[in-house]
Amino acid sequence: MAVADPGFDLALAKLTPERIEQVINSVLSQAVAERMKLFLKTCVHCGLCADACHTYLSRNRDPDFAPVAKVRDTLGVMLKKKGRVSPEFMKNAARVAFIECGGCRRCSMYCPFGIDIATMIMTIRRICSLLGMVPQFIQDTTNSHSATSNQMWVQPDDWIDTVMWQEEDAQLEVAGLRIPLDKEGAEVMYSVIAPEPKVMAQLIANIAVLMTVAKVDWTMPSADGWDNSNMAMFSGDLEIMGRIEREHWERALELRVGKMVMGECGHAYRGAVYDGPKWLGWQGPPLPMVHAVELYYDLLREGRIEITDKLTEPVTIQDPCNIVRGRGLHEKLRYVVHALCDNVVEMDPKFEHNYCCAAGGGIINCGAPWKMARLKSIKIKATQLKKTGASLCITPCHNCHHGVVDIIGHYHIDMRTSFLIELIVKQMKIPEGLGV
Amino acid sequence: MSTMVNFVSGPLVWIALVTFVVGTVVRIVLMIRTIKLDKTVLPAMTVKHSLRSIFFWTLPYGSRSMRTRPFFSGLSYLFHLCLLALPLTVMGHAVLWQQAWGIRWWSLPSGVADVMTAVVIFAGGIFLLRRIMSPEVRNVNTWRDYVILVIVLLPFVTGFIAYHQWLDYRTIIILHMVSGAVWLMAIPFTWLQHMFMFFFSRAYMGSEFGAVRNARDW
Repeated sequence: MAVADPGFDLALAKLTPERIEQVINSVLSQAVAERMKLFLKTCVHCGLCADACHTYLSRNRDPDFAPVAKVRDTLGVMLKKKGRVSPEFMKNAARVAFIECGGCRRCSMYCPFGIDIATMIMTIRRICSLLGMVPQFIQDTTNSHSATSNQMWVQPDDWIDTVMWQEEDAQLEVAGLRIPLDKEGAEVMYSVIAPEPKVMAQLIANIAVLMTVAKVDWTMPSADGWDNSNMAMFSGDLEIMGRIEREHWERALELRVGKMVMGECGHAYRGAVYDGPKWLGWQGPPLPMVHAVELYYDLLREGRIEITDKLTEPVTIQDPCNIVRGRGLHEKLRYVVHALCDNVVEMDPKFEHNYCCAAGGGIINCGAPWKMARLKSIKIKATQLKKTGASLCITPCHNCHHGVVDIIGHYHIDMRTSFLIELIVKQMKIPEGLGV
Repeated sequence: MSTMVNFVSGPLVWIALVTFVVGTVVRIVLMIRTIKLDKTVLPAMTVKHSLRSIFFWTLPYGSRSMRTRPFFSGLSYLFHLCLLALPLTVMGHAVLWQQAWGIRWWSLPSGVADVMTAVVIFAGGIFLLRRIMSPEVRNVNTWRDYVILVIVLLPFVTGFIAYHQWLDYRTIIILHMVSGAVWLMAIPFTWLQHMFMFFFSRAYMGSEFGAVRNARDW
């Protein structure tokens, strides 16, 4: 269970009980902690949250993996001992908070009182971040956010170069296509997560094809703020979390666009719409934020794109936590998928009740040292996927996408994954005159 | 013995009632003050989504969580219903109120009340067993949880025995009144406070899911 992670082990060597006590009490003396205490006092220890948790279900119902036990063993002890806990204790608490819970909030839907367990876990991550005890990989993405304002150390010239390269690629599909950078007053600013230019650049060409065919007046920023992802939100570095969300929105305001549309990602939506504005003291986002699923839905409904080719193979849908349990987009997602596929096999349970992929919430970003722990904790998803008998799993979220790829690899499931945009550009009609 | 009866049916009832009411009010006032410190909570709450969440979670089998355990949820529902209804509507209590304050109050037929008491005791027994037998529950239960459950059940067990006039009536009725007083006084100081906190935590989560995130929480 204990694997070597320099993020934990180096911190362990440096931490003193005094420092731990000081940090825990500084975080837990704030208003947010009072809310936690209220929740802990209301909890009747009924254990109903256990069955809601994929790690508990996946780890042969080991009671220590039930949400209530995770909180008891971490935040519960910190409160009881008033912060006087050992560095070793903190290391274990960090492991639980970063690896065994992604804050998918499913347990809150099974708790009769709606106790906000995910927020408690995120509070522990906040403490860990202030103590410098964060898994090395996710801390590195936070450092990247801090230095470059994007998650993957993409340099400014790399970003522009990638966009131009993808513009050329997309011109092979649609003649004369442009990716308008910094177009002031456009209807839409489109933002991506940094792994797109870094490792999945074709997704940028795909969206350019869609926007051009649907005649959307769109733009992308050339300057920092183009990345909508936010790993600092999950590593507990809330100062950086707020800073990059502000930069993201400021770029859109500077370009005076009508709204922001983001690619198929879940946590980015959450960061831009909920966590960012909350931290910055805004009532909500300054402009409408439209998730890619909503954009596709609108374009299909308005007849701005036409699907001419439908998949006949059995297809299933992974409902991402942050846009379904966190936004209620499941019906629109179904509309889009049914427009593309004839044979949709639903997972059980589905919609808001679907199991998390165990990659989101920053877990997959904790990197290679924790991959096996993560995959052990998501056996239930493998069972769920196998049961559908589908040969394709649609994952409209980057974390779900990589999470499901890892699951089908590890559990030998005969299935592949796809983003919606990949299917849309393959199956839609390129109107005469636009074709090459 | 009669001074004992006078004490438990007089001052003790008052002490228990005052502790319960004052304790509850103080808890709620403190909670609201606490919540106000956290500037992100109240602005995000809406009446509509709060009530929606409370509605589906008080409706029998209103949430998926309840539907996944039909027997346990049904039993829990009956348990809470009987538990709340009995102290207010059992005939013996109505008679006492009439004697003390001259209030005429509707009361349950004693046969029905008897069955309801049996339901509370039976369900409570099942809950106790579940806390002991179920690994995920036992793991997070401490002696406090068992004691609280016993505190909840004792007034019903003694009431049941008293009604059937088993054992020494006087002793049992004293035990009944003492345990009832302990039960009332325990509410604001233990997780029995979920009796009123339920509405606040559900309102919070209902708004978090509904108003903020446009999703259902049941």
